[in-house]
Amino acid sequence: MAAITSVGETPLAAPDKRPVGMQGRRRRRLNLFRYAVFTVFGLFFLVPLLALARWSLEGAKLGSWSLTSWRQIASYSNEGIPPLISTVEITLELAVITSAVMLVLVVPTMIWIRLRVRWLARTMEFLCLLPLTIPAIVLVVGLGPIYNKIAHLSLSTLMLFWVYVILALPYAYRALAAGLNAIDATTLSEAARSLGASWFSVIVRVIMPNMWDAMLNALLLTSALVLGEFTIAFFLLYFNLQVELYSISRNTPNAGVIFSTSTASLLFAFVLLLILSFARRRRRGIPG
Amino acid sequence: MSVAATTRTGVRPSRAGRRASVPPWVGTVPFFGYVAVFLLLPTGIVVFDAFRNPGGKFTLSGLTALGNAQVRGFFIGSFKLSLISALVGAVFGAVLAYAVASGNPDGVIRRLYLAASGVLAQFGGVTLAFAFLALIGPAPTGLLFHASWYYSFPWGITVIYAYFQIPLMVLVFLPAIDGLKVQWREASESLGSSAWQYWRYVGGPLLLPAFLGALLLLFANALSAFATIQAWEDQIPYTVAQQIYTSTSSEVGLANINYADALALGMVVLVAIVMTGYALLQRRAARWLR
Repeated sequence: MAAITSVGETPLAAPDKRPVGMQGRRRRRLNLFRYAVFTVFGLFFLVPLLALARWSLEGAKLGSWSLTSWRQIASYSNEGIPPLISTVEITLELAVITSAVMLVLVVPTMIWIRLRVRWLARTMEFLCLLPLTIPAIVLVVGLGPIYNKIAHLSLSTLMLFWVYVILALPYAYRALAAGLNAIDATTLSEAARSLGASWFSVIVRVIMPNMWDAMLNALLLTSALVLGEFTIAFFLLYFNLQVELYSISRNTPNAGVIFSTSTASLLFAFVLLLILSFARRRRRGIPG
Repeated sequence: MSVAATTRTGVRPSRAGRRASVPPWVGTVPFFGYVAVFLLLPTGIVVFDAFRNPGGKFTLSGLTALGNAQVRGFFIGSFKLSLISALVGAVFGAVLAYAVASGNPDGVIRRLYLAASGVLAQFGGVTLAFAFLALIGPAPTGLLFHASWYYSFPWGITVIYAYFQIPLMVLVFLPAIDGLKVQWREASESLGSSAWQYWRYVGGPLLLPAFLGALLLLFANALSAFATIQAWEDQIPYTVAQQIYTSTSSEVGLANINYADALALGMVVLVAIVMTGYALLQRRAARWLR
């Protein structure tokens, strides 16, 4: 991806904004430096991904090409682990549930605190950013007993969403806070209230429509995090996509299907982020 | 929550007649309750259990276990890997961030690099280990070459960690570089300073707190990472995170749970110290970023 970007920009585009005070020679040297940097880093970031993609297309004979591994995504299964496609399904479901719970839990609370309970704002920020300081691996050691206690209910893998919401909290919070800070929530709510709106209307019909972008942002970040989550599921012995891939690679080293599924999940994450950047561009396109 | 919200209207002069029965903070109860159960409670259990033996009695043996040579080895391993990968990530990431920042602020290149950094900074996990396995892993994979150092600690894994540390550095450090005003450069140039003098006396000191802060964040990031290193090598535990897993999953796992708690507590303390340093340095750096 990085390498594509360095090709995409014409050499003249760059110095437009900061030419003041720089002589031509220094600018040329700077550009030389920039393109050298972009090329080297572009290669570093791109080549492993290409290797991943290349191995996903490896045939039975070394160096040949084939789509076998890609077809296996739908059909792969092995002793002792659930079929691959079922874990793909459950991971996607987890992403949807986690995002939904996140939005329902955080967005109204955040707006409510901004409007009515400002003295709790710092506490909420602290708690939302706290998971950055408590690694997933620590969290899961503490969660073990809780999940074990209710294990006799034989929880579905979907129950992982309870923890995933916590893991995604810092990223979602930052995205949502940026959206809420960008609008004048107090004035909007005062206007709505003076026209007789209930608090429910204020939150759902006045403030929230003004932060769709931030909510989309939070949603995509949360989904991306859930798709890549390994530690918690692995510790609690649940099979999500990453744990499944890990188990396949332990049973059958270099199984082609791990490369094809990895490539697929990565492409999916890129698509999510592309949607995000398009949404941002659209917002930027609106003047004011 | 909104139900609770609608009942509280008393503050408004227009509706002053209605009685305020529920204080507004009640609306935040679901959120704080959720966080208490799934974040504060597990953390509390870890801290609490670190001071107990399997029988439930108070003991410091878990903590004294942190002092023995083998456990120290895991902490040193974690420390080494985190420090080296943070240094590599911070230095290269700063160079890349500078290259990105010195371009057109609305340019394609910047937007795409930022978007890519956003993905790649999160692109830890099992998939990343597979990508490098496909690239330089031992035979029969290894597209580029079969790197003999692929399984060496800490260098082999540092290369893999750099893959998410560098993008994270770009994301964290870019605002600081953007905060360097063109006027400062012009001012120092008009006073006759060379490029080196500018970086030595103006730009460098301004960026230093932000750089050190970012370094700490990267350090904490590497310290907490587990998935990638586990997928890279699951036979030999090198880091605390791996050892926590080993001690909870082995056959004697139950007997070792308090040992795992003690390790986890050690890790929390370490990360908390590092993140506090990060927050302080960020505050110091923010002085010039307004």
